[in-house]
Amino acid sequence: MTARTREPAEARPVYRIERLTKTYGGFTALHKVNLTLRKGEFGAVIGSSGCGKSTLLKIMAGLLPPSSGRVVLEDKPVLGPRRDIGMMFQQATLLPWKTTLGNVLLPIEMRDGKAAARAAEGRAEELLELVGIGRAKHVFPGELSGGMAQRAAICRMLISDPAVLLLDEPFSALDELTRDFMNMELQRICLEREATSFLVTHSIPEAVILADRIFIMEANPGRVAEIIEIDLPRPRNLDMINTAKFGEIVHHIREKLGKEAFGA
Amino acid sequence: MIEQSVTAARAQMPEYEGDTVWSEHEPLIDRIPRWVAMTGLFIAIVGIWYAVTALEIVSNIILPTPMETWSDIVFVGGNMVSGGYMLEALVTTTKTVLLAFGLAMAIGFSLGVLVGETKFGERAVMPYLVAIDTMPKVAFAPLFIAWLGFGIASKVALATFIATFPIVVSTAAGLYAASENERMLFKSIGASRMQTLVRLKLPTGLPYFFTGLKIAAVGVMAGAITGEFLGGGQGVGALIRVSASQLDTPRVFSLIIYLSFLGLALFLAVVWVQKTFVFWNKSDKPGGAA
Ligand SMILES: Nc1ncnc2c1ncn2[C@@H]1O[C@H](COP(=O)(O)OP(=O)(O)O)[C@@H](O)[C@H]1O
Ligand SMILES: [Mg+2]
Repeated sequence: MTARTREPAEARPVYRIERLTKTYGGFTALHKVNLTLRKGEFGAVIGSSGCGKSTLLKIMAGLLPPSSGRVVLEDKPVLGPRRDIGMMFQQATLLPWKTTLGNVLLPIEMRDGKAAARAAEGRAEELLELVGIGRAKHVFPGELSGGMAQRAAICRMLISDPAVLLLDEPFSALDELTRDFMNMELQRICLEREATSFLVTHSIPEAVILADRIFIMEANPGRVAEIIEIDLPRPRNLDMINTAKFGEIVHHIREKLGKEAFGA
Repeated sequence: MIEQSVTAARAQMPEYEGDTVWSEHEPLIDRIPRWVAMTGLFIAIVGIWYAVTALEIVSNIILPTPMETWSDIVFVGGNMVSGGYMLEALVTTTKTVLLAFGLAMAIGFSLGVLVGETKFGERAVMPYLVAIDTMPKVAFAPLFIAWLGFGIASKVALATFIATFPIVVSTAAGLYAASENERMLFKSIGASRMQTLVRLKLPTGLPYFFTGLKIAAVGVMAGAITGEFLGGGQGVGALIRVSASQLDTPRVFSLIIYLSFLGLALFLAVVWVQKTFVFWNKSDKPGGAA
């Protein structure tokens, strides 16, 4: 793999979230959130549960309208679901009556019809090979393990060749060993495709190992309280978790989060 | 050294000579094989029935003996096999039941989608359906007979009327069954409302729909027979009424047996179609839709 040197400071912002506010009834879930992602950047948002991370992601994906403010991707405002935005959730949510292959092809089938889906079968098979479950292509989801199901969900996200990947705690339902492994897979995929990615997580080490920048969110009302640059070299590997630098960063973030949560 | 002393200590220990098998046993009644249990229960019930008739606890006019009933079952069976009037009755009732079941499926499914998929259906149609559903629907029978006459139509109408409601309710419930995650997924891949309905909500709701069909299969039988009791005509229900009025109780019993075959066949057909169409199981495995 080529170690791509990232120079986020010079890359132009492709994703702009401007003064984003979301209220549910009288409750303010997000309050004037500003953030930008640069092309090819890996952003991670971390914060206590209920601080509005999923809400933010859904608005960024065009799945939920903001109360005010706007989201702009590649100079076009996001006003609904878009083909160039890929999404992944905590649950794989595979349709139990479709095979793994059928599930991966679902976005093509919905947008372009059955014929286009058939034409894309080769590409879907390649993706399944890429994440190591090529042999499970004709298997129904009920027979897949949690890790395999999430791999299939990754393929389903990638089949439309999105420019941006929005990931809402994608591996948090998996056991720790599988999760570490999947995170490294995710990094590889993002580097290969030069995809701009945005990950919601509540695991600090996960955010640090994957992200170029971490956005720390604070609750009531939800807002970005701090942005931390992670300048660990790429590609990263799990051994880095044991380095002193990694430990320092994790410690720093934990302290920040502790302050947000407990005002200590 | 340590190993040696452990071995030595072990040599001094007495061998455990108790049970080596778990002492947990299923109670005797749960260990009887199914076919033995079923046959045994059948014999017991017929035995009690025989005793009640033999001891004349109940008059034979009211409750026939098992032997009388059996020979009448054989007689009715013979009549049907040889194409007699009782076969005609069974065919008429079967036609009524199948027609009503088909109509109830079509109407129930359409109304179910209207209620489950549109706000209008949920707000305006559902309250009326609930109101009608709480009425004793059999009471409408005279009305249907007055409107549609003594032929098969009035019976089909009553049976359809009774069987439609469970299908409406289960179809609508099935359409609500898709999870928030699945809806989000479909939204995010740009699926239209129609696509979400046909490709997500309907398949997810299939198990519910079939549950409704099973209830409807029972209802359609009850409706058809009630219609035939009250509206006469050519069906098995009319035969039962005539036999009962002549105190021919063995005949009543054997006709009921043949009717229950019809009901069972319909029910099993639904089960078979369900097994064929809903081949996936909504398991709690992580891969399946949550
Ligand atoms: N549809 C909704 N209606 C009302 N309140 C909501 C809705 N969705 C989320 N919320 C509230 O908004 C806040 C943020 O939710 P969410 O974005 O899911 O948080 P997170 O993903 O950070 O745990 C929570 O307090 C939640 O209760
Ligand atoms: Mg969340």
